[in-house]
Amino acid sequence: MTVVHDNLEKTEAKMRAEAVSVFYGDKKAIDEVSIDIPTEYVTAFIGPSGCGKSTFLRTLNRMNDTIPTARVEGSIQLDGEDIYASGMDVVQLRARVGMVFQKPNPFPKSIYDNIAYGPKIHGLAEGKDELDAIVEKSLRRAGLWEEVKERLQDSGTALSGGQQQRLCIARAIAVDPEVILMDEPCSALDPIATAKIEELIAELNGRYAIVIVTHSMQQAARVSQRTAFFHLGKMVEYGRTSDIFTNPHEQRTQDYITGRYG
Amino acid sequence: MSERIAPTRTPEFEARLKKRYASERRFRALGLGAIVFSVAVLVFLLGTMTFNGIGGFQRVEMEVPIDFTEAGIAADPAAMEQPGALASLEAQGLRDVVQYFAEEELGEAAAEELGAQAWRDVATEIIADPAVLQRSESFWLPASANLASGYEGEGSPEMQALAAGLYEEGRLAKNFDPGFLARSDATNPQQVGIWGALKGSLLTMVVTLLLAFPIGVLAALYLEEYAPKNRWTDLIELSINNLAAVPSIIFGLLGLAVFLTLFPNLRSAPLIGGMTLALMTMPVIVIAGRNAIKAVPPSIRDGALAIGASPVQVVFHHVLPLALPGILTGTIIGMARALGETAPLLMIGMRAFVATPPDGFTSPATVLPMQIFLWSDEIDRGFVERTSAAIIVLLLFLLVMNGLAIYLRNKFEKTW
Amino acid sequence: MSPAILLFLALGLGLAGWLAARARAWAFRRDSAERRLPSLPVYHAWYVALWIILPMVAFIALWSAIAPGLVTQQVLASPAAAELPAFGFQRQTILNEARAVATGAASAVFNPQAAALVEPYREALFYYNTIGIIVSLLVAFLAGTFAFLRLRPDFAARSKVERIVMAILLGASLVAILTTIGILASLVFETVRFFGMVSPLDFLFGTHWGPDPMANPDNPDGTRYGAVPLFWGTLFIGAIIAMIVAIPLGLMSAIYLTQYADPALRRWIKPALEILAGVPTVVYGYFAALTIAPASRDLAIGMGVSNPSSESALAAGLVMGVMIIPFVSSMADDSIAAVPGAMRDGSLAMGATRSETIKRVMIPAALPGIVAGIMLAISRAIGETMIVVMAASTAANLSANPLESMTTVTVQIVAMLTGEGSFDHPATLSAFALGFVLFMVTLGLNFVALRVVKRYREAYE
Repeated sequence: MTVVHDNLEKTEAKMRAEAVSVFYGDKKAIDEVSIDIPTEYVTAFIGPSGCGKSTFLRTLNRMNDTIPTARVEGSIQLDGEDIYASGMDVVQLRARVGMVFQKPNPFPKSIYDNIAYGPKIHGLAEGKDELDAIVEKSLRRAGLWEEVKERLQDSGTALSGGQQQRLCIARAIAVDPEVILMDEPCSALDPIATAKIEELIAELNGRYAIVIVTHSMQQAARVSQRTAFFHLGKMVEYGRTSDIFTNPHEQRTQDYITGRYG
Repeated sequence: MSERIAPTRTPEFEARLKKRYASERRFRALGLGAIVFSVAVLVFLLGTMTFNGIGGFQRVEMEVPIDFTEAGIAADPAAMEQPGALASLEAQGLRDVVQYFAEEELGEAAAEELGAQAWRDVATEIIADPAVLQRSESFWLPASANLASGYEGEGSPEMQALAAGLYEEGRLAKNFDPGFLARSDATNPQQVGIWGALKGSLLTMVVTLLLAFPIGVLAALYLEEYAPKNRWTDLIELSINNLAAVPSIIFGLLGLAVFLTLFPNLRSAPLIGGMTLALMTMPVIVIAGRNAIKAVPPSIRDGALAIGASPVQVVFHHVLPLALPGILTGTIIGMARALGETAPLLMIGMRAFVATPPDGFTSPATVLPMQIFLWSDEIDRGFVERTSAAIIVLLLFLLVMNGLAIYLRNKFEKTW
Repeated sequence: MSPAILLFLALGLGLAGWLAARARAWAFRRDSAERRLPSLPVYHAWYVALWIILPMVAFIALWSAIAPGLVTQQVLASPAAAELPAFGFQRQTILNEARAVATGAASAVFNPQAAALVEPYREALFYYNTIGIIVSLLVAFLAGTFAFLRLRPDFAARSKVERIVMAILLGASLVAILTTIGILASLVFETVRFFGMVSPLDFLFGTHWGPDPMANPDNPDGTRYGAVPLFWGTLFIGAIIAMIVAIPLGLMSAIYLTQYADPALRRWIKPALEILAGVPTVVYGYFAALTIAPASRDLAIGMGVSNPSSESALAAGLVMGVMIIPFVSSMADDSIAAVPGAMRDGSLAMGATRSETIKRVMIPAALPGIVAGIMLAISRAIGETMIVVMAASTAANLSANPLESMTTVTVQIVAMLTGEGSFDHPATLSAFALGFVLFMVTLGLNFVALRVVKRYREAYE
């Protein structure tokens, strides 16, 4: 039973999960998780490894569909629409709910083409000028424009790790999503690149609903305003980030935060 | 404590150790010997073919000087451009003119051994340069098969003597024969060429490629990216793996039973040959394609999916371009194998004597390995050289194709 | 009009449909409120284009298969055809000649009967060609209109097109099953017909092979169709002599390359061995006939054999063995390399020499893979045709003397099918029965070999 702090402001939920359970074959990986994801705040999922936070994150853009034995129960809604309903086009969903992965995965194309790919297939630009504008806007928003504007034709894989991850964020932004999911985006990066990404998250906050999975509590404390603590497939506690870290209600949360287990 | 010698320090042990090392050296030598022997056989095979084949690019020719001013052949340069030029020259008795001069210059005995089609070579020269009719010119014309044998020291004693005599006079020699690459099959080794078979091979390969490549690549994409894990998919996989190991002659039986029943008039046509070989090559392309597709890392697919690309877009925009070099390598290797195949084509009738190059995909044709096979039955020594020469041409083609495949593999071998 | 031209026409019509549909989709986009369609216009275009091209091409393929039969039927119904011989080679030749002239492929006929048939052929060809063109155009037009009318602003063109693409992919994969079924069906069908004329027991256990293609097909002499000499010859040449050459050479080469050779040598020798595998079998056959067979004959004379054959089993078997070396070597190489390094290190650490380690530890560990490789090599050898056709003979001897001539299953398949015999004669059908046996045996060998490899691989996971 999730403990939800009662001092939270009422906000519009961009995405709402209700009693979501995820099964891999017969094994239950996520047990009846309910949570609202608002647009105004960055929501962090924390918890020890293997607790299911990445699995739950992937239900939000139906990336679990790619695993044949996965099964999702309960309901997840984007702006009130059930995303697992049969009428929901998963392709459209993934354009509205973007994802950035743990290990940067730029396409082996040029920087320009990496960003332009999404708008092209979704038909978001009519003509080269519009496409150029989208590419520039995305790269600016991701804080990468100044570094690459002279070499847009270079390969995306030639950038440094931190730049690649910003490229992936820019790529996700280019299709104008409403939600951005980030699965441990900094775990493969050095501290300076991490700091840049965290700055970026702060800037993007408010325009997009951001959910970030992180195994670093310090990072969660730095970038998020709401935090959910996961443990063994259940969501144990959810509340304001500052409260979770200074005044957790649940013993398990307290134990995790104080480092009694990792 | 009494002195105890370790068991590994005794003289018996030392003696044994020596034997063991000797055995080691023998074993190692055996291994090296096996490799050396295998490579030696390869070298011997290639060497024999080359050695015999050099002569195949030459032919025995006799020198016949012809003074056209005496000949009385009229040739209007404009008429020489027309397709009927050869016939008109023949009608004007060019053959007899050539025979006459041969007799005059070389003697009756030699003139009899002038190749029956020799006058055609003269005609070709005239058509190319009608001005030659205004002057005297010396032609190197093919000798008959008998005289050619005599030149090589075989055949009847009279021929050998005649050949020796002419050779002394400098009137008979073995010259480079570029026509070998332009002519087609014939009954006389002096007149044969491989162009007919080469063109047949090319046409057949085109059909094979156009059928096997799309089907193979699309099937590989389906099996790797979309196929659900069920019994039907296992059955498809099993079929493909089995087909890759079926002896090639079985495909010939299939071609005979199915394709020739459907299209009985197309016996020995490149279309049927190509279809049969396509069935044989397709599994090779599927297997190579699957390996290439498997090598594309999943993170690329995830990235594309996450941005909202549909599964079809992921495959065609991302996976296929990256897998293409591996697919092409496998295709080239499969095509090289098909180029050298003979057995299935025997079944569908491409073993006929085809004296003119095929006009298109539905005319009777033969292929280069089949031509080698047909010539191998001939007893004439001249044919041995021609066959070896044809083998050299075939091996060169295969060398180029395999070299291209290896180059592609090395250039695009990416480690992710 | 040839099928090729019709295919180009199909592509052209498809292009027209493509452009028209795209224009319409652009119009939708202009008129719609949000300037964004669920599917890109290019997918609308492909939807219509595929609906035009695919049905038309399917019809053209079908038509090319059945039209010649219809043409021939109409010609045979004409009065001039009453004169034809009832069956056989002559009848076919006359028909072919007449058709050749009618299509313009030839300019004159040899046979006067053929001349009479040219006109009926011309009429029939014209008639059926016209029908073909009209129907295919009709198909294209109807399908294209149907597809075009379905276009709407909210039409999910992309998913429809992608579903068509998936169907095409699935279809391509089914070609493999169809081929396998085709092989089995044609082999089984003809084999069953053969066994209707010659008893299976005579075939499988009889020891005398000497079919006579000119004999009366109604009462075949079953004792002439005993295939045991063929099976024996195949095994003797392919599984015994060839393997005596290939196994030691292939295995020792693999051992040297994996255990002793330095990387530079390995880099040059592996491709050299692969070249051995790439030489066409007709070249091997010629080499065998030209060089090895006379040498084996000289050997026989030297050994005092009187009247030796120059088409001995030995010549064919030796050359086949050389051709198989790369197969054995590469499978052995893979198997030995797959043995965990820990095993090898353990043996060396105890003071064993390298050869002792190989002989006592690594080869036994790699044995399943090596055995599987040998089985695959045998399967390849017994299915080989050209080497034996050129270097072995057609004499069906049952002997254990390698210097004698022998024949194999593949040689007989070729011999039975390249004669003058008609298709219903048991001699011709016996080729299919032989092919069936060959197919099942190679299939069995491959199946067992792959099972062995799979189980062996599990043991080391």
